[in-house]
Amino acid sequence: MADELINLTIDGAPVSVPKGTLVIEAAKQAGILVPHYCYHPGLPVAGVCRMCLVEIEKAPKLQIACATQVAEGMVVRTQSAPAKQGRMGVLELLLINHPLDCPICDQAGECELQDFTFQEGRPATRYSPDYPKRFNPVEDFGPDVLYVPNRCILCTRCVRFMEDIAKEPVLNVSERGDRAYIGIHPDARLDHPWAGNVVDLCPVGSLLSKDFLHKARAWELDKTASICTGCSQGCSITLDTRDNVVVRVRPRPNLEVNRFFICDHGRMNYRWMNRGDRIEAPLVQRDGELHATDWDEACERVATLLRGAGGRAVALVSPKASTEALFLARELFAGGGGRGGGLEWIGAFQVVMGEEAPLVGVPNLALRAERAPNAKGAELLGYSRDYAAALAAAETAAIVLVLDEPDLVVRTAGTLIYAGTVLPEGARAAAVVLPIANVAEEDGTFVNRDGRAQRYFQAKPAPGMARPAWWVLSELAAAAGRGERVATAAEAFERLTAAADGLRGLVPA
Amino acid sequence: MGYPQKPHARETVVLSKYFGDADARTYKGWIKRGGYEMLAQALTMEPAKIIDIVKESGLRGRGGAGFPTGLKWSFMPKEKKKPHYLCVNADESEPGTFKDREIMRWTPHALLEGSAIAAHAIQAEVVYIYIRGEFTEPWTYMERALAEATAAKVFGGIKIYLHRGAGAYICGEETALMNSIEGKRGNPRIKPPFPAAAGVFGMPTTINNVETLAAVPHILKQGAAWYKGLSLSSPKSTGTKLFSVCGHVQRPGNYEVTMGFPLKDLLYELCGGMQAGRTLKACIPGGSSVPILSREETEGCLLDYEGVVEKGSMLGSGGVIVFDDSTDMVYQIMRLARFYAHESCAQCTQCREGTAWTTKILERILAGQGKMADLDLLLDLSENMTGKTICVLSDSCAAPVVSGIKKFRSEFEEYIAGRRRAVMVA
Repeated sequence: MADELINLTIDGAPVSVPKGTLVIEAAKQAGILVPHYCYHPGLPVAGVCRMCLVEIEKAPKLQIACATQVAEGMVVRTQSAPAKQGRMGVLELLLINHPLDCPICDQAGECELQDFTFQEGRPATRYSPDYPKRFNPVEDFGPDVLYVPNRCILCTRCVRFMEDIAKEPVLNVSERGDRAYIGIHPDARLDHPWAGNVVDLCPVGSLLSKDFLHKARAWELDKTASICTGCSQGCSITLDTRDNVVVRVRPRPNLEVNRFFICDHGRMNYRWMNRGDRIEAPLVQRDGELHATDWDEACERVATLLRGAGGRAVALVSPKASTEALFLARELFAGGGGRGGGLEWIGAFQVVMGEEAPLVGVPNLALRAERAPNAKGAELLGYSRDYAAALAAAETAAIVLVLDEPDLVVRTAGTLIYAGTVLPEGARAAAVVLPIANVAEEDGTFVNRDGRAQRYFQAKPAPGMARPAWWVLSELAAAAGRGERVATAAEAFERLTAAADGLRGLVPA
Repeated sequence: MGYPQKPHARETVVLSKYFGDADARTYKGWIKRGGYEMLAQALTMEPAKIIDIVKESGLRGRGGAGFPTGLKWSFMPKEKKKPHYLCVNADESEPGTFKDREIMRWTPHALLEGSAIAAHAIQAEVVYIYIRGEFTEPWTYMERALAEATAAKVFGGIKIYLHRGAGAYICGEETALMNSIEGKRGNPRIKPPFPAAAGVFGMPTTINNVETLAAVPHILKQGAAWYKGLSLSSPKSTGTKLFSVCGHVQRPGNYEVTMGFPLKDLLYELCGGMQAGRTLKACIPGGSSVPILSREETEGCLLDYEGVVEKGSMLGSGGVIVFDDSTDMVYQIMRLARFYAHESCAQCTQCREGTAWTTKILERILAGQGKMADLDLLLDLSENMTGKTICVLSDSCAAPVVSGIKKFRSEFEEYIAGRRRAVMVA
């Protein structure tokens, strides 16, 4: 009976949760976070840190909330004196061998050991300064993971991730007693394609990302909800920016898509968002050269070109472009309630392929071979995968629009309009170059391989006069008399779900 | 029989009857002494009937916890849907305890017979006997006995395997023992699930101590009423129990007495008392994990589960460690704490860090650098280590510390005040 609800009381608040729920999860529903280290909703229960000790009426001793299932009529007290005393004892013991090197630790500011110690730890240690602390040298675990054993609290989250989720058990607890540390198989490296998750899972600063090492303090970071552009899986991520530079990508929990994890490919797939060689102003062709101008002139120029055009229009788009931009690009040529103006429209995108790398312990989660976050969205909007055919068609087309394909070589007898973040050699022949924002600089929506529309948000400003592609395309449509302006990505999305067959009724998650 | 001592008139010799009799080790010799008759009979009996008899006898687990054996067996699923297992805990590692070693050394067939009867009672077809790694001699005899008995086809459909430990104390904890059998690191598991629901390899499992199982054939042979009658005090503690006496007595060794036997008589009569000119100072009655008894408590203590609890300790495994007045209690307690710090499996925070910290404090007190506040710290630390972890190793480290400070506080204070010569511990 999955639906059967169990009623219990946690700190005086009545809670009803499904049978089999753990007390720690039931407490979350009552708005209570029971301090914990080894427990993680994405991992099997270990029950070893003993941090989540709570008092349960009628139980002879304190129980751990992470391994105790709810029972009808249970009365849980997380804030009673014995429970707090028990947890304070754990915190003191966790700190006796901890180096307390927070000033040079990457985890400081987002460290659960710091947080819970502030919350309910002792103000001072009773561990005499004469006693030496456990010391082990820093170890190089893998391509992006360092292990700092001195900070380790042996919660075993990393061990369980590699064993039960990645199914590549290369980590263990070595030695016993207070000599224990996380060991790695002597012939193995922590180089599994999903290994980077151990860094996020580590509640303290013991497992560190080499990529992020000493790059920023946690409190300097701005965090923005986003969607990974690494492949068509569409994992939820957080973009961490410092002074408008993306410095780190972390997984954002999404039980439907990626649970708590992202792959290392996606984790490292952010440096291009910070490229410095960006187009910062609209450019128009004059006297055989591109000249910077303002948006009004650029839009007017495109409008003039469109007004006079007849024949075939080809749109070569990136599958990293937002669904909104792809829709408006299509509308510019083909839509507008029959105001297409005699243009025959062809749209196509090309997909870069790579190795598929599944995370075995999570169903339907993998780094997909298709490295295109919005291939599904493009497909639903009628863009073709037959890129070669579209390139051939472009040669004789009247108008070719290229949307953010920097490596593109396109030959056309007609007019080339290039909208992109950077200016490739091949775009120097364009009649108009339109600077657009990248994924970190705009709001937008991707449709993942399972047809799930997911919105991402702007994490940093776009350089110069660059604007989101959906904004640019709606301005062009308005200037050419082919559609209404949209003010936001959300408005653009509303319009596309009303107009585009394949996407009708889609709600971004 | 208190082998290597001569049997004492006040002993009740059941399990230890053939201790010292090398002929009983052999299959032929064991058959000559009536061995395997009860197994043959048991294999024709309804499992539930055997469980009832054992329940009726009042037999309780001899490994330390004293859980009623018949009740434990009855927790196994009645209707067998998965393979059932019996694990025999022969990882006798509790400091001060050496009774199972003698059972395996002298009467290996007694253990095999009891194990097979128990396996039949719980409908298990496989028995794992987990033998402590350091027990080389018992291992040899067990291996030989198992080969002989298997060749004689006495076990019916039951298959018995010997599994050798690798020297970890924690593998004597029943769930760690199961992990170890599975080839995993010997870490205790969180309960529930209890072994009867999901034990070794995730299957219903019962774990019994060597001495418990060795008593089973006797109960079948002489009846539950006979076993139940072997009780001098509390009716909840029945039968005989082997006590391993070590330390400052004249005749240390294993002594088998009826439950409820006075500890005083065991020490002064059976063991011959202290060495000449010495007096009793303290005693740990149930293996190193239980609280220490003072002289007064020891001399008033009856050896059964309830009697020892009444005096503030536990019967445990029956490992009696005796200290005379020459003993440095602070040093002894430090040695115990150091043992637990060494053997902690490192899972639970309180145990991993607490046992080591306790040892450091005790070492420093011994070195003459302690502070008075250290005693309160030790007590508070012990409180944090008690009843909060997966298994009881952490509690076991705290028990002698708490009882030691309570009963022998002046010795600690003498070190701290500098009135005792400092001991440097390596």
